[in-house]
Amino acid sequence: MSDNLKVGIKNICREYGRDRSRLMDILEAVQGQFGWISSEAIDLTARELSMPRAEVEGVVSFYAFLHQQPTGKAIIRMCDGVSCNMNGGHNVADLFKKELGISFGQTTSDGKITLEHTSCLGMCDQGPAAIINGTVITHISTDTVKEIVHTLRETADPRKLVKTFGAGQNADRLIQSMVTNNIRKHGPVIFSVMEPFLALKNALAMNPAEVIRDIKTARLRGRGGAGFPTGMKWDFTREAEGQRRFVLCNADEGEPGTFKDRVLLTECPHMVFEGMTIAGYAIGAEEGIVYLRGEYQYLKNYLENVLAERREAGLLGKNLAGKAGFHFTIRIQMGAGAYVCGEETALINSCEGLRGEPRDRPPFRAQQGYLGAPTVINNVETFCCVTRILEKGAPWFAQIGSQASSGTKLFSVSGDCNRPGIYELPYGITLKDLLVEVGGEDAIGVQVGGPSGQCVSPAGFNRIICYEDLATGGSIIVFGPGRNIIEIAGQFLDFFIEESCGWCVPCRVGNVLLKERVNKILAGKGEPEDLAYLEELGKTVKTMSRCGLGQTSPNPVLTTLQNFRGVYEKGLKKPLDKMQRTFDLDSALQEAVRIQGRQPVHFQD
Amino acid sequence: MDKPKVATASLAGCFGCHMSLLDIDDRILKLIQLVDFDKSPVDDIKKFTDRCAVGLIEGGCANEENVKVLQDFRRHCDLLIAIGECAIMGGLPAMRNGIPVQECLAEAYQKGPTVHNPSQQIPNDPELPLILDRVYPAHEVVKIDYQLPGCPPPADTLWEALVALLNGKPLHLPYELIKYD
Repeated sequence: MSDNLKVGIKNICREYGRDRSRLMDILEAVQGQFGWISSEAIDLTARELSMPRAEVEGVVSFYAFLHQQPTGKAIIRMCDGVSCNMNGGHNVADLFKKELGISFGQTTSDGKITLEHTSCLGMCDQGPAAIINGTVITHISTDTVKEIVHTLRETADPRKLVKTFGAGQNADRLIQSMVTNNIRKHGPVIFSVMEPFLALKNALAMNPAEVIRDIKTARLRGRGGAGFPTGMKWDFTREAEGQRRFVLCNADEGEPGTFKDRVLLTECPHMVFEGMTIAGYAIGAEEGIVYLRGEYQYLKNYLENVLAERREAGLLGKNLAGKAGFHFTIRIQMGAGAYVCGEETALINSCEGLRGEPRDRPPFRAQQGYLGAPTVINNVETFCCVTRILEKGAPWFAQIGSQASSGTKLFSVSGDCNRPGIYELPYGITLKDLLVEVGGEDAIGVQVGGPSGQCVSPAGFNRIICYEDLATGGSIIVFGPGRNIIEIAGQFLDFFIEESCGWCVPCRVGNVLLKERVNKILAGKGEPEDLAYLEELGKTVKTMSRCGLGQTSPNPVLTTLQNFRGVYEKGLKKPLDKMQRTFDLDSALQEAVRIQGRQPVHFQD
Repeated sequence: MDKPKVATASLAGCFGCHMSLLDIDDRILKLIQLVDFDKSPVDDIKKFTDRCAVGLIEGGCANEENVKVLQDFRRHCDLLIAIGECAIMGGLPAMRNGIPVQECLAEAYQKGPTVHNPSQQIPNDPELPLILDRVYPAHEVVKIDYQLPGCPPPADTLWEALVALLNGKPLHLPYELIKYD
């Protein structure tokens, strides 16, 4: 074993106190230093942490951003999201393959460039996009592919490709990214001026129970999509028994078409951290963790700096803001490219240095969450709302929006519309009005809430966006005339097939079978019975999977079947016999014909 | 009234499912009172003589002949039942799925540790059916009406299923007949 590796890993493990719950950070550091995680490195890490080798390897193999093979100096991760592909992502991907002379998943023979696909980068309003060694490249066109490849071959430094910086904090010296915010509509809750630290001051002037009461009075519900009442969540956690408590911020924004949290973390990090601090005060927690998706690595230094500023200003740390006895710290935990880690129990596992597989419930994380302690997990946007509620007061917040859905909602709009970007609008807006706002009036369908949400046809454009009708975590993808709804449903299925953790068979296998049947229909070989099959199998996957990913993964098929049935039916043919039309003997024999150098035998029927 | 006709075939299987059918022992006498066998290895009838009520399929499709036989069964039988793991999922033969045909042939006839083949020739007689790119379970080639799992399905499973089907009664298999561990 090389001494270099040995010493390096020893030092890294020591840096994290040989704490196996920090395995994610340790592995990322090992990869950062040695380029990839070799079998030797896994052995050494396991030995240093006194844990089974299989567990370490299990974690390495789970995350897309951890490599068990050497990679090129530059890794191009091309976004394979539906929005990017609607903007020409497929052409760009093909051109990358051609220019580099390799397929996805391969490295050029000179060891310089690796080409990979990734599910959704959260750049849906400025795609096609790619991340190259952490640097985000947006608006890639077939014209710029050549330049990208050339630059990477010459310098292996993707930062050379960033010529202009995006607006706002994207130009901050710690970010310096070409990503743009595209904030199209400023609303009262998120995107308006804030009196600094007033929210925290107001919160600390009350007792914790009063803070929770205010959150309840504001009728705040989770902004991640599920809409659980935040005050109730905090109450459960506060009442649960435990020495330590934790506040987790779910910044693993991975639902295709969602990119609001990226903008919030760029423009309103103080609001997020302040919300977390208030939550800590309310539930009696002293530690907070922001789980930041690996794709947003480029924001990490910036966010660390904001945390440092807050520590210096006495807004984090011991006896913070002059409140004797209230201590609160926040650390950032990086993810490593797994959509399922946005599921809160999977997120906890990932924070604990485990594979990002969802857990069984009960126990609920309010009782036994991170490290077995009572834990609150909220979305980035929810924490922003908390801050505003404590600044402006619960009644002010509650009068915005509708009765069961108070406040505003951030929408990440992409697809076929004139003005893609971020919109802050009050709950209760109709889909039709939203489409007017974004310049997508001629839509033939809208994906509300990402692939795990629903695909709405024009017949449903009068529906209202709120928890009672059309709930959404904020993803709005507009499909214009000429888009093939079934093909898009198929692409969303590909996404779930890729991102399923594989634990539950219905999700792991069922989605593949759904995709096969959708492909059959797309190939013009569909039969009426296929629709019943899709519905039945979709229902099985929904009811027999244990986490939100599996339970919503058939939605692209089920909601299009419901809302676009005519489109499906148009492509179906009644079968003439009981043969499977998807089976093609000639193509099944092609290889044998070539190898054996003769034609098939003619059997008499 | 004519007795309903039953046909059986063993495709890419091991004949184990047919052996299991014979394991119904003396009930076979009852069976031939209930049905006539048409094309089947049981009576060695090679070609369909008539339309059949039920076709029993053992094994998946590994080569072109399997496909032709299976399609022929579909055309001649009202109901097709896939019997056993190979017919239902591909079974052991499907372990070659994912390995290129060329490598399979090389392993079988040239490179395998127990192969003695000085001429290194791969059998290529014009009468030999060509193998497919992978092994297909029966339902991927034709529509299958019922599946009876097992490796092989126990004789009692086959018996109960046939009797229920011929009497038009629902099939109730006890747990012992459908657990496999």
